[in-house]
Amino acid sequence: MDLVIEGVSHQYGTLDVLDDIRLTVGEGEIVSLIGPSGCGKSTLLSIMGGILKPSAGGVFVDGAMPAQSLNPFTYVFQDFALLPWASVEDNVALVLEHHRLSAEERRARVDDVLARTSLTDFRHAYPRQLSGGMRQRVGIARALVVSPAILLMDEPLSALDAQTRELLMEDFLALWLRERMTAVWVTHNLSEALRLADRVVVLSRRPGRIREEVSVAMPQAERGTPEAQVELARLHDQLWGLIKEEAQVAEREVQHD
Amino acid sequence: MTDQTLGTRRTEAGGGAAEAGRQPVPFRAGGFISKPRRWASWLAFACIIAAWELAGQTGLISPVYLPKPSDVIGAFVYLFETGNIWRHLSDSGFRLLIGWSLGTVCGLVLGFAIGIWSIARAVGVPVVSALFPIPKIALLPLLILWFGIGEGSKVATIAFGVFFPTVIATFSGVDGVPRNLIRMAQSFNVPGHRIIWKVVLPGTLPSILAGFRITTSIALILLVAAEMIGARYGIGAFILAAGNLYQTDQLLAGVVMLSILGLVFAQGIAWLERRLLAWR
Repeated sequence: MDLVIEGVSHQYGTLDVLDDIRLTVGEGEIVSLIGPSGCGKSTLLSIMGGILKPSAGGVFVDGAMPAQSLNPFTYVFQDFALLPWASVEDNVALVLEHHRLSAEERRARVDDVLARTSLTDFRHAYPRQLSGGMRQRVGIARALVVSPAILLMDEPLSALDAQTRELLMEDFLALWLRERMTAVWVTHNLSEALRLADRVVVLSRRPGRIREEVSVAMPQAERGTPEAQVELARLHDQLWGLIKEEAQVAEREVQHD
Repeated sequence: MTDQTLGTRRTEAGGGAAEAGRQPVPFRAGGFISKPRRWASWLAFACIIAAWELAGQTGLISPVYLPKPSDVIGAFVYLFETGNIWRHLSDSGFRLLIGWSLGTVCGLVLGFAIGIWSIARAVGVPVVSALFPIPKIALLPLLILWFGIGEGSKVATIAFGVFFPTVIATFSGVDGVPRNLIRMAQSFNVPGHRIIWKVVLPGTLPSILAGFRITTSIALILLVAAEMIGARYGIGAFILAAGNLYQTDQLLAGVVMLSILGLVFAQGIAWLERRLLAWR
């Protein structure tokens, strides 16, 4: 199932945020959206997931939804968006409760996803008892439990410290190599984008337009090797070259607002 | 010059340490944190009661103006002996229970409606804002006209008084539920009624329970006011009768009953908070 974005533009009041975005995310592909602050990355993700109506254009799916998928697009949020009054298990089960599943099937799905995200021992804990990294694991478990067709991730590592970010990134990679889900990963971190993405889409400063698409033609499993570092450094420089000037202008714009 | 000054200071500090040998770094961060001191509360309470009793015993304060604590206890014993305490408590308890429950249920329904639906908010907020500040005791004569001098007007006074703060606590609570949690549930296609049940209601509970603390106190105030008109039994009627006869020991026994009721409600709400808000 492909995700097709056709001519999406968006305004908040009189402020143009996105301008004529055209993009196709293929099945099994990880696309990373990068760009300067305020360029509309998160807005575009919300539009892709159907929780924000674009001012113009539309988002379409092309092809059949995978049979086992309960929810075509699911989110992983920057601020985790966990219910503080629900345990880890209940936070994950929340998104299954309205589906026609037997109690055993529901339980089996929750058990499976908690095991896949190393959360089995924390199933009865409340979010306030968990570290930031563990909370985001719950956010990921909740997204995975519905077997999404496309995973939409809005700066999922931004609220975490550097070490936790590194650990969670490794877990993401392992998970993705195992399950090869389609994903759109919004980030402002170029290294993150280059470690995960098959394709990096660079947005311009506001109003966000697609400035360039950079393919990372290297299997994710090989990106940690010393040989890969030269190529990744070259791509990093290329991406930084594309956004540096825009980021500087955007930063001054934000300060003047 | 600054460097030189710093250098001199360092040398002095170093020289001092050498002369005095190894010294522990003194702890300077004490105080300014409140610690539980239960004994102090009990001691102060006991001292006040003892001083009060002593002032009465020595004739420093006339028992007509302020009866001794032992007299108030005597009045309580009398109330128990005659069995009247149960009649007063049961009548007041009935009015409180019905009035508070009615006001709370209606307040919760309107509060949620205002919190969730824009039309209900547009209609409800101005009406609630206009009616909330009216002292409900001022409406008592009108309520007697509407509901009669019996139980109806007393229950209605309490219900009216409880209703408005409950509405405000509820819709403020709904407003306080983080919108990202609602959007999260929507992004997973969770149906609206389940979002209200699983996200909005639990998120509103802290505000609702804080509202309960206010409405139970309001209910007690209005109970006494309502029972002072056309009631034979009830704590308010008992206090009024005692006051009319200058039986100040009985009057204070009634006040202590109210205070105990207030404490029982506060403990009940604290228990509810421990049960329902353990996640905080």
